[in-house]
Amino acid sequence: MPSKFKSLLDSGKFIVTSEIGPPKGTNLEKMYHHIDILRDKVDAINVTDHQSSVMRFPSIGGCLAIEERGGEPILQMTCRDRNRMALQAELLFAYIRGVRNVLCLTGDAVPVGDHKEAKGVFDLDSVQLLRAIRTMESGKDLGGNDLDGTVEFCAGAIVTPEANPIEPQLLKFEKKVEAGAEFFQTQAVYDLDKFSNFMQFARRFPVKILAGIVLLSSAKMAKYMTDNVPGIFVPQNLIDELANAPKGTALNKGIEIAGRMVTTLKQEAICDGVHIMAIGKEEVVPDILAAAGV
Amino acid sequence: MKSITKQKPFDELTQQLQDFSRIFIAGCGTCTTLTKTGGIEEVAAMKEQLQSQGKLVTGSVVIPVACDDITEALARENSSSIQSSQAILVMACALGVHRMSQYVINKPVIPALDTLFIGVDDGQGVFSEVCAQCGQCVLGEMADICPITACHKGLLNGPCGGTNNGKCEVDKEKDCAWTLIYNRLKEQNRLDTMRKYQPPKNYQVVPRPRVVKVM
Repeated sequence: MPSKFKSLLDSGKFIVTSEIGPPKGTNLEKMYHHIDILRDKVDAINVTDHQSSVMRFPSIGGCLAIEERGGEPILQMTCRDRNRMALQAELLFAYIRGVRNVLCLTGDAVPVGDHKEAKGVFDLDSVQLLRAIRTMESGKDLGGNDLDGTVEFCAGAIVTPEANPIEPQLLKFEKKVEAGAEFFQTQAVYDLDKFSNFMQFARRFPVKILAGIVLLSSAKMAKYMTDNVPGIFVPQNLIDELANAPKGTALNKGIEIAGRMVTTLKQEAICDGVHIMAIGKEEVVPDILAAAGV
Repeated sequence: MKSITKQKPFDELTQQLQDFSRIFIAGCGTCTTLTKTGGIEEVAAMKEQLQSQGKLVTGSVVIPVACDDITEALARENSSSIQSSQAILVMACALGVHRMSQYVINKPVIPALDTLFIGVDDGQGVFSEVCAQCGQCVLGEMADICPITACHKGLLNGPCGGTNNGKCEVDKEKDCAWTLIYNRLKEQNRLDTMRKYQPPKNYQVVPRPRVVKVM
């Protein structure tokens, strides 16, 4: 049976997903709070997997919490921390516990995180992980052995539409589609003309594209991301708009900008939905959706 | 091909040598001479440093190729100063340490260096790793740039999202292997090669410890 999220993707509805990051530690109150804010407002909630290579409560644990609280989880799985045996085992566990959507990622590099001396695994890459899911669905594991009871997932991947250079990125996008990706959540996009160019390319493939919207909380943060985060470019006019907002209202301006982008993407049917990343400010995701009128 | 090394921090060496007052030093005339970590000059400097700590250096030698069986002949030639020492400090790569430990079995053979990787010399004093000896060479499909070695994550199917302006997310000075591979395959009109799915690697081509018998 297809997941709830998969049925929504196939329904042609404009999809809204968001994400939460589990805590470092066992105090889950804030995570529960974020789940409760988001679960009825969005179609599915991603749970990050040791985001930025920072050790945290596991992604699968966050997904189970979403399930328990009546939401639809998307399990983010990176290839950084588990070899092919551990990845498959976790997929078996996720399936049996009702987690049916998986986002396959390579994972950030170990040295950018908070366990800089750890061994990066990368036994599989994101394309191979997507294929692993399809292999398991056929009733076999990666060793070619029969599974006693199989899995069924809605599998997704990521793409960076503004990567420079873009060509190798698009080539990998195609490999991910061939490997079985059904949906893509993109890295943050701000220049919608450029994104539309990417969509012209992406529309040739039978996959759903959810544009990444990262909430801009200040001009400083926007500039920092442009200078430091690969594949993110905030145009100067947006940075200026944030800088010119009256003191103390930059976040409201960021919400307005995000809302405006969602509205345009939806009204002009540029893509199939949005993935909103509020990075610690999950409380305002409903405000972005209200600003966008979705 | 060179075995690339760096000297261990002197504090670490001091600790490892704390129980020994009489030391024999062996350097290498090949790789560690080129990397300036265990040639004639470095062996002499180590001797001085140990003496300034009050150690007695019973003798020293720079073996032309420390990983080779010539080490046996030189160990025999220096046998009296080796035997009057309490420990042998080897300023070769770990292969040289291993070789020495086969001939001097009654004393600790201690590495003075950390062995980093097998690399090539660009002639300008830069040594870089171009092969990780994975046992399943993919260079033919990767425009002769090894993604196992040149990509921080060893990815086989294209770049990750951390690539930025052709550089790597872990070091802005380092080229993104996949940008290099893409550009070169494009130049060779072979981009279809990059479209090909690369399956997971076999990490047990020769299970560790790796041994190959040539009859």
